[in-house]
Amino acid sequence: MNDKLYRIILFVVALIVPIVCGGVVYALVTDAYDAFEHFGFFKFLTSSEWSYTEGSERYGALPFITGTLMTTLLALIFCIPFSLPVALFVGEYFRGTKIAAVLSTVIDLLAGIPSIIYGLWGFYTLRPIIMALNISSQGSGVLTASLVLAIMIVPYAASLSAEFIKMVPNDLKEGAYSLGATRAEIIGKIIFPVAGSGIFSSYVLAIGRALGETMTVTMLIGNTNNIPESITSTGNSMASIIANQFGEADDLRLSSLIAIGLILFLITVFINLIGKIMIKRARIV
Amino acid sequence: MESVKPILEFKKTCVSYTKQTIAVKYVSAAIERNTITAIMGPSGCGKSTLLRAVNLMHNLYQNIRVDGEILLNGENILSMEPIDVRRRVGMVFQRPAPFPTMSIYDNVLSGFVLNGIKLSIAEKDATVERCLRSVALWDEVKDVLNKKGTFLSGGQQQRLCIARALAMKPDVLLMDEPTSALDPIATKHIEELLVKLQEEVTILIVTHNMGQAMRISSKAMFMYLGELVEYGDTDTMFSNPSDGRTKAYLTGKMG
Repeated sequence: MNDKLYRIILFVVALIVPIVCGGVVYALVTDAYDAFEHFGFFKFLTSSEWSYTEGSERYGALPFITGTLMTTLLALIFCIPFSLPVALFVGEYFRGTKIAAVLSTVIDLLAGIPSIIYGLWGFYTLRPIIMALNISSQGSGVLTASLVLAIMIVPYAASLSAEFIKMVPNDLKEGAYSLGATRAEIIGKIIFPVAGSGIFSSYVLAIGRALGETMTVTMLIGNTNNIPESITSTGNSMASIIANQFGEADDLRLSSLIAIGLILFLITVFINLIGKIMIKRARIV
Repeated sequence: MESVKPILEFKKTCVSYTKQTIAVKYVSAAIERNTITAIMGPSGCGKSTLLRAVNLMHNLYQNIRVDGEILLNGENILSMEPIDVRRRVGMVFQRPAPFPTMSIYDNVLSGFVLNGIKLSIAEKDATVERCLRSVALWDEVKDVLNKKGTFLSGGQQQRLCIARALAMKPDVLLMDEPTSALDPIATKHIEELLVKLQEEVTILIVTHNMGQAMRISSKAMFMYLGELVEYGDTDTMFSNPSDGRTKAYLTGKMG
């Protein structure tokens, strides 16, 4: 009897999570429906207008999709030259030493810093540097947001890559050493090929993080509703346009914002799913 | 007649993991060219540690010290560059571990690939065929050279690892219990192979299997607690060991 009750409680509790998740998706879809119906799904995706003059309202998601993809891609590019050496440092060169433990703890701490703090640092420290270097006049923009975003995703990419680098069997490394290979040759020709799909999947998951990051990007991207002309231009990401306008929006504009949210949700789910599947496949024999 | 110079010579070789634990104590022995020398002894006696000193594997780990001398053709290995030593002294490990991302073909050539040595296609093909023939694997894999090395059976994988070591044309081949992870038939294949291979390369093999030592080696070392207790002709050691400890081990009274 007790056992049965216990099972029922567990079952109900376990069911709540998927129900809530389904509810979120349902709400997104129904609330976004107006916008898709009014503009057409593909028209909404490819239109770059965002005007809320009453009577001639036009909303399109393209500037924000572009903004999100640009910041994410740039953040990824900036993140690789820092996260990959860190992963090699912790996972191979200084594996098991105190200094590696300290470094990986510090890196993990980076992941725990609230994004508003990154935003403040970006705004009051990095932005003036960007202005002083004459990279852009206002300091805010895609570049500034991407740089801070890159720092934010380093811990995710580095610690997961390091795990995959550690998983490369010692047998293989000693085998390669016994053939006269140097450490650099072993990293390039054994460790990277063997751990490659795992390392790749850690970057996919890092991208998943960068796509949805809201606070930092909102504070640094400049918040203009146009397609960024270059990496130093201002713009808006999908998350930042929602954060900026959800409070004052209603009717069609609100529905358009929710539609952008739905698209962001789908992209993020897709990327995370790919990352998870790749991690499963990356198990090393 | 001029006496044959030994290819490999241990001179008071010591290996220590920490200042207190000395794993190999003052081993001196001369290894003759084109022989198979078996290193025997109970677990923890230092036989693998001695073997791994020969290709400077201990350099990979901090705190391990190797003292004394190990001469390869009269030259002290301990003062040579590890990379040069390892190209002349091949090694086969306990567990077969072909490189999983490489094909059978590339596994044979992995020594060249890893060292960045470029070969022409004709040289590559010739090396792959020569090495796979020497390990009697050619007929079994010649049609599947592009498959991954991990696709082979355990015994085949181990022969592939021997081929990979032979491709570098080493003077000495070190083998650390190469058949302990294999079934009896695969073991028999490898043993037959090693007997033939001694014409090309001098083999130093660590083994737990006394029958194996008797079947394939002409010289044998018996180690106990880090010391080289006895070194001589395998036949003599098995029929008439000069040390009580060797006798106790060989008759199963000590293990």
